[in-house]
Amino acid sequence: MHTHSQMHGLPARYSIHGWTTKLLRLRPRTTTIIATTTLAAIVLMAIFAPLIATHDPTELSPASRLQAMSAEHWLGTDAYGRDLFSRVVYGARISLTVGLGVAFLTLLIGLPLGLIAGYFRAIDAVLMRFMDGLMAIPGILAAIAIVSLTSANLWMLMIAITVPEIPQIVRLVRSQVLATREEAFVEAAVLMSTPTRTILWRHLMPNTFAPLIVQCTYVCAAAILTEATLSFLGVGLSSEIPTWGNIMSDGRIYFQLKPSLIFWAGVLLSLCILSINLLGDAARDALDPIMKRKEG
Amino acid sequence: MLGYFIRRLLAAIPVMLVLALSVFLLLRLSPGDPAVIIAGDMASPEQVASIRTALGLDQPIYTQFFIWMGNMLQGDFGTSLISQTSVMTMITQRLEPTVSLALAAIVFTVLISVPLGVIAAWRQGSWVDNLVMSVSVVGFSVPVFVIGYIVIQVFAIKLGWLPVQGYRSLDNGFGEFASRLVLPALTLSSVYIALIARMTRASMLEVLKEDYIRTARAKGLGERLVLFRHALRNAGVPILTVIGTGFALMVSGVVVTESVFNIPGLGRLIIDAVLARDYPVIQAIILLTAGLYVFINLLIDLSYAITDPRIRY
Repeated sequence: MHTHSQMHGLPARYSIHGWTTKLLRLRPRTTTIIATTTLAAIVLMAIFAPLIATHDPTELSPASRLQAMSAEHWLGTDAYGRDLFSRVVYGARISLTVGLGVAFLTLLIGLPLGLIAGYFRAIDAVLMRFMDGLMAIPGILAAIAIVSLTSANLWMLMIAITVPEIPQIVRLVRSQVLATREEAFVEAAVLMSTPTRTILWRHLMPNTFAPLIVQCTYVCAAAILTEATLSFLGVGLSSEIPTWGNIMSDGRIYFQLKPSLIFWAGVLLSLCILSINLLGDAARDALDPIMKRKEG
Repeated sequence: MLGYFIRRLLAAIPVMLVLALSVFLLLRLSPGDPAVIIAGDMASPEQVASIRTALGLDQPIYTQFFIWMGNMLQGDFGTSLISQTSVMTMITQRLEPTVSLALAAIVFTVLISVPLGVIAAWRQGSWVDNLVMSVSVVGFSVPVFVIGYIVIQVFAIKLGWLPVQGYRSLDNGFGEFASRLVLPALTLSSVYIALIARMTRASMLEVLKEDYIRTARAKGLGERLVLFRHALRNAGVPILTVIGTGFALMVSGVVVTESVFNIPGLGRLIIDAVLARDYPVIQAIILLTAGLYVFINLLIDLSYAITDPRIRY
């Protein structure tokens, strides 16, 4: 990639090289270290869930329902006698899959649309009006509506959460492209009759990366939150599947009797979202000093 | 001024059209023929056909769209597939709890977050500032329903100060009404408090650097007067924007809070409608909420033009 930018005569500050080194030079503040460690622990927990979990998270055992913490059931059991610890461990899988999946899908759809909107004036007007309309529908309602139309499998769920996130990304990419397209090196590329595809791909797209990385971490955190909310409201994935939202939703009825049914999933969910948000803030601070000064 | 107003109003029309079209298509793309759903399992094909004609489902799709749009503009949002009552009636019945909840949450938010943001900016880098900033990051990350259960656990169960769940209409007396509204409103305002405290701080930091603040201090004005009269007024515009963009947060917060606290409002209505696949109700709530969002942002744009004479485009 480095050689590409040199071949096309990009000034150094526009090279892709710039933001990767900046990202690597993240100032290791204490909060960043704690956030990274927490997230790493959750990721490891998700990957090695079958090894960590002590029971099958979906195994019903009516005889041992609502048990307290014990050597057999570390966090006790839920109203169906399922092992709470194993369910909470497996819950990390769904949350992280949805978070990463939605961030990727949003990028996959939002980035090209943003490039097109920023570069082609004629398409811009129509596309952005459409995005404005989409943006006016509160994300959770759009997601609920899309899920309600179809059966709530993992794919549909991710698509339902992705759709309301797209306008933000499109706007961000578009604004970057609008700013960059006036630069001399783009004008030079146009004059040298570089194909439009190349201009978009090699000259304009790399300049959107820095703010995109930051935005994608926020999308990831928001997606995890939305998935948990949908599950909690009972309109997400089937309640047999152990997700943190489902665990909390199941625990609602017995909450006054046994708060831990909601507590552990809530803590892990919050920690997960918090650490992703903190990493996003750290990336933003490293990549964009101006933005940092503005937002504090 | 009037020209600007009209231009902004006209710009909202295509957005609303796109919205209406998406929401309309949503219903049409939904699996299952509405006529079959209404007729029930025992209906003969003739009965289904007559219902289809009655609903206008045999018309071409664009005709259906215009008829539907016409009805919407006249305030006719159709009939619920489940309860067979008018959607508009269902919505107005559920309006009071939701509006009370939202208004109480906004009052809490402004009372808590604006002073916090001002103090944080005034003492930038101090422990107060650090505390406000860390609490606001946590406020963003802890889901509303988790906060709801923490609040219930602490204030209703452990301390026993307030009722756990439920809603009483204002007709039952203010005490009953308010005591059941405090915890949900506090829960709902949590995200908003984080957002607005952060924004107030950022906006105040910008303004406090200005020359007129130095002038105000130089002429011997008290710090409180400088902060609240000179600085906060000028920092107000970005704060207004956030209230507008935060509307989406408010909506999702309302849906969740009503679910946690068993409040029979619009949020509960849409969840019930989704679980029952009652599409006309879903459509109406989404369209009205989105319309409200466009309207609020329009009002905010206009208030810019009024509060800040430099903005006229």
